[in-house]
Amino acid sequence: MTIDTPVSDQVFHGKELKKIEDEEICMQCKDFSLFYGAKQALFDITMNIPSSRVTAFIGPSGCGKSTLLRCMNRMNDLVDGVTLKGEMLLRGEDVYGRSVNVTDLRRRVGMVFQKPNPFPKSIFENVAYGLRLQGVSNKREIEDRVEWSLKRAALWDEVGGRLQENAFELSGGQQQRLVIARAIAIQPEVLLLDEPASALDPISTLKIEELIFELKSQYTVVIVTHNMQQAARVSDYTAFLYLGELIEFDATDKLFTNPKEKKTEDYITGRYG
Amino acid sequence: MSIQNVGQHILHQFDDDLESTRNKVLNMGGLVEKQVENSLLALVNSDSSLAEQVATSDYQVNSMEVAIDEECNHIIALRQPAAGDLRLVVAIIKTITDLERIGDEAEKIGRYAVDLATEERNEMYFSELKLLGDQVKTILRESLDAFARMDVASAFRTAATDKAINKEYDVIMRKLVKSMSEDRASVERGLKVMWCARALERIGDHAKNICEYVIFTVEGKDVRHTSFQQALAEFQEKS
Repeated sequence: MTIDTPVSDQVFHGKELKKIEDEEICMQCKDFSLFYGAKQALFDITMNIPSSRVTAFIGPSGCGKSTLLRCMNRMNDLVDGVTLKGEMLLRGEDVYGRSVNVTDLRRRVGMVFQKPNPFPKSIFENVAYGLRLQGVSNKREIEDRVEWSLKRAALWDEVGGRLQENAFELSGGQQQRLVIARAIAIQPEVLLLDEPASALDPISTLKIEELIFELKSQYTVVIVTHNMQQAARVSDYTAFLYLGELIEFDATDKLFTNPKEKKTEDYITGRYG
Repeated sequence: MSIQNVGQHILHQFDDDLESTRNKVLNMGGLVEKQVENSLLALVNSDSSLAEQVATSDYQVNSMEVAIDEECNHIIALRQPAAGDLRLVVAIIKTITDLERIGDEAEKIGRYAVDLATEERNEMYFSELKLLGDQVKTILRESLDAFARMDVASAFRTAATDKAINKEYDVIMRKLVKSMSEDRASVERGLKVMWCARALERIGDHAKNICEYVIFTVEGKDVRHTSFQQALAEFQEKS
């Protein structure tokens, strides 16, 4: 072993972690910039989001992390006055390409927000909703997929016996897991999580974190979080953004023990500002 | 990570915690240094009362280790240090273990010094031990200085001097083996001198470890069990 390749670069939590450049790429930002009117919010972001890994975006409020996340499934299409430069690719295809069907894109790149937003329907219908929109009509198939999704979202044991109850009767943590079940029911490739646990109590937060860990075997997960310890706990890679710029992007283990950039160090050690 | 950087947290209490723990390590270092110095004085001057005092005051060092360890646990649990702060806390935990062991070695020397004070002196051995002891005191002082200032260049320089100590130790060993094989009556005394030399050599190793923790804290690189020369070359190239 040489000093260039410390153990932490090769092994993480007892398993092999590839170097980021060796990872299979799922999404790519290339010189990606975003303007709200004349004000630039993202500056030439270039990064690769690896497949089947959890990537966390951290940074102070207003650094552009949620903005960048929303660009990944074109949620910003709904915002007036937004202009973009550069490319955002999903499996090599431009997300903003002319031929892209946005509904189809959002099926492939699902999103979960800070506040749980179940539909005012039964638990069952919440998860079945996306499937029906997709045109799945076989009752048996829908039931199977609902059960599968609720199991994957670690919610089945708690709600399996009361699927017809209104989703609003669930606790906040359960509602958030229901929303995640709804998102994965249609089997997206990428799951974008925008502060998914910031409105939850610590135990529900841990359940969501455990779920994220489980999900990455099948999905590419990108999570925005204000909670640095959460980023450290759940992610394989972490990107630190500051004032719309990508300051550092590295293996989470590396970023939290030995960051290269002083700005990153100041932020994660609580010296920022 | 420089020493100026220990401060400046948004949460000032965190600065205070780190600073207070770091100061306690320096105090512990000072106490250990004094123990080593006294043990050597007692040894070379055949001063049995000073030797006795060294041998019985190791408990102070031990209790400091326990107290600092506890503070580090608190910092980890309550402040969740990251990056340079985390490396500093880890380095402190390791440093105090080495300091405590240096204290143990000084205690050992004290005990042998009590015995040797009652026996006939062999000036040659004592001058050799004094020479080795002076080198060991220097490496210990400089390693603690490097820690206090978080000075990587000095840590590299100081760690490299451990080689000379090992050489000096080998010289003493060879002389002892020769004299013990020639004069069987000197074996008992010779063995005690040998254990003292061994303790001094170990103190040099512990001081070297402290230098390595300084490098780890500042540079984020673990230079233990790696090519020291290569690590030094990389550091020199960078600076």
